[in-house]
Amino acid sequence: MRGEDKLPVLSPATAPPQDAPSESRIKAPYRARRILSVHMQHFAMERWQRTLTRQGDAPPEDVPQALATEGPHGRIIYATNRAAEAAGVHINARAVDMRALCPDLKLAYADIGGDTRALEALALWARRWCPWTATDGLSSSGAGLIMDTTGSAHLWGGEAALLREIEERLSHLGLSSTLAIAPTHGAAWALARFGAVRETCSADALEQRMSNMPTRALRLTADTLLLLKRLGLKSVGDLAAVPRLSLARRFQKAELPANPLLRLDQMMGDLAEPISPPEDPPRFIVDARLPEPVQDPTPHIPDLCAALSEKLAGPGFGARRLRLTVYRSDGQISHVEAATSTPSRNASHLARLFEGKLERIDPGFGFDLITLAAHHAEHLTVSQPDLDRRKGTGDALGQLIDRLSARFGPGHLRSPALRESHIPERREIWAPAMGGLPRQPFGSADARPIRLLDPPEEVRVIYAVPEGPPAQFVWRRITHKVARFSGPERIAPEWWADNPGTRLRDYYNIENQFFHRIWLYREGILDDHRGPDPRWCVHGVFA
Amino acid sequence: MSCPPRPSVTETLRAKLQQIEGSGPAKQRPEAHLPTLNEVFVTMPTDAAGPGFVMAHLPQDLDKPVLWIQDSMSQRESGRPYLAGLAKPPQLLCLTVTRAVDVLWAMEQGLGCTDLGAVVAEVWGDAPAVDFTATKRLALRAEAHAVPAWLLRRAAAPNLSAARTRWRLGSAPSAPAPFNPRAPGAARWEVELFRARGQTPGRWIASYDRASHQMQFDTAAPAKQPTPLAHRMG
Repeated sequence: MRGEDKLPVLSPATAPPQDAPSESRIKAPYRARRILSVHMQHFAMERWQRTLTRQGDAPPEDVPQALATEGPHGRIIYATNRAAEAAGVHINARAVDMRALCPDLKLAYADIGGDTRALEALALWARRWCPWTATDGLSSSGAGLIMDTTGSAHLWGGEAALLREIEERLSHLGLSSTLAIAPTHGAAWALARFGAVRETCSADALEQRMSNMPTRALRLTADTLLLLKRLGLKSVGDLAAVPRLSLARRFQKAELPANPLLRLDQMMGDLAEPISPPEDPPRFIVDARLPEPVQDPTPHIPDLCAALSEKLAGPGFGARRLRLTVYRSDGQISHVEAATSTPSRNASHLARLFEGKLERIDPGFGFDLITLAAHHAEHLTVSQPDLDRRKGTGDALGQLIDRLSARFGPGHLRSPALRESHIPERREIWAPAMGGLPRQPFGSADARPIRLLDPPEEVRVIYAVPEGPPAQFVWRRITHKVARFSGPERIAPEWWADNPGTRLRDYYNIENQFFHRIWLYREGILDDHRGPDPRWCVHGVFA
Repeated sequence: MSCPPRPSVTETLRAKLQQIEGSGPAKQRPEAHLPTLNEVFVTMPTDAAGPGFVMAHLPQDLDKPVLWIQDSMSQRESGRPYLAGLAKPPQLLCLTVTRAVDVLWAMEQGLGCTDLGAVVAEVWGDAPAVDFTATKRLALRAEAHAVPAWLLRRAAAPNLSAARTRWRLGSAPSAPAPFNPRAPGAARWEVELFRARGQTPGRWIASYDRASHQMQFDTAAPAKQPTPLAHRMG
């Protein structure tokens, strides 16, 4: 039984590496596959640089830059660029120590969640080369991918050509990588990190090649590595030469990442370690093939939406983003997109999102293929109506938000939320309603206007006394005479957010001769040495 | 020789008309027909009496969001809604569009959504799109879905409209402040209901208390003669 081979305690001591290859192949049943390991040592830093470059804010190469994470005693370096590395900044050190070493080191926070998502997406992208791909760890020492290329390397012209192709494609994405192919996961992992450039290793040469690998190549925890170092075991060959029984006894209770014997078995193919690739995300795409080119896609939209919603309903998904693509007869492609604020598979709702957008498609001489894809879909459970047959709340509101955002753009439909600040214009945050409505805000007891002018409008004033309210002012070419006033209410700048030279504001609530109640302020006081004479601005109107 | 006027007949007729039309002191508290279209004309564009009046009509504990549509001219001239100025603000969905046609379209979409507490739209000027047909559509849609609709008009003439109540609003001298005689107090508005279905038009002085969210209509007509409420472009 193979299961018995897996139990390290029962199996006999591993033979020394100079055993005959034929015998070792019988003893190592899990060596028949070809596993490719990709190691991207600078994944976090390169992804960060690429993101900034895309935003047109590319960081200079020669400035030492590091990404940090929060540790128990302050920030810890997570990734460095070449300049920082050359300056002696090393990973997993404390940021303050590295600042002392390299005073012009620039620090930013590492986005580990984003890295994880990017690595998962990369693993799916790598399915172009073989069907079984998975992520293989993400840490401060780099990110990894693992692929099972058994039977697929010849499609790319052999293993050497495949490795070159993968390395080149990754470099187009801005990622530097080291790769290797070996019969087992453990061996490929070790060769990608500690082997030669684009190394491949055959099953026969495995033990020979692995024997002079360092023990770090065994994917062990730091504690175990330290222990092995103290025991004087520096290479894989040293470990393999130790009688198996004693190792098994010593690490009887250790878990897999801390157990050198199990890791050794995995590397040598004595213990199975299959790759478990995540399933492909479902793809929702429908198409309409037309017998002859047409100019207007409008009549086909309802049918496409109905087909798409049927497709979404099966696995229980709802569309968040839709893309309608037309393939023109002259080979050009154009597309329009629509988005929803909550997942939806309501066909008529989806169809209405394209209203008024189809004019943006340039039909040329007509097109004969239309595809509608939900390229971002989320789980959508079936909601049951209440006992009194009312519909579940929020559905219709979500559809309204979608429709208005689709028509006027998501930036035009916004929802304000209150936050803690004394500066009136910072009291509110405006966020697009597509991101969800904020909680019902609590009002304030302060006297604040119900309309705010954004930005405040400067007015010319005539003082009675320089420190008091104006006697009259000219706003929008009309002279306003102050009939009644209250104030001033002094609002100081927020020193933690404002520039040092920002002036305080004195707000007055005045009523003019038309009985309008206006909120205006003087920016600064007369001799505060923070600029010229203070400005007066109208900031709001009371009800 | 011209025919001499007959003062007795004219005057009696005028008195009768006044009695019927109720242009004198109104008798009862006016009610906005809530789940339908109400139109509010604001006499001066910078005056916040219009939005204040609409806000005063929203229920205090509104657990549904309010769709507030502004065209860009209204927003530039009269500012944007400010939540901190309300004692109990509702959730707002603010839409800014450029044309009056878009305001009407968005309003119609909003009125079809029963999850909304109200739909408020601000239109600047005499847009030809805001005609009798358009307002009739809005009124019928608001009644069908029981969503209150408010149309705030600035710098506009009260042309033909199907709104169920039509108001004209301006600011009145504020109530005396409790502790400071020179300070402005609680808001007061000069309210004129000039067209309404099923109730008598009239003029009132409305006073609004922010803390308790109560509006009071003072039946005492303003002491001065009703001022000609001038329409003035900003």
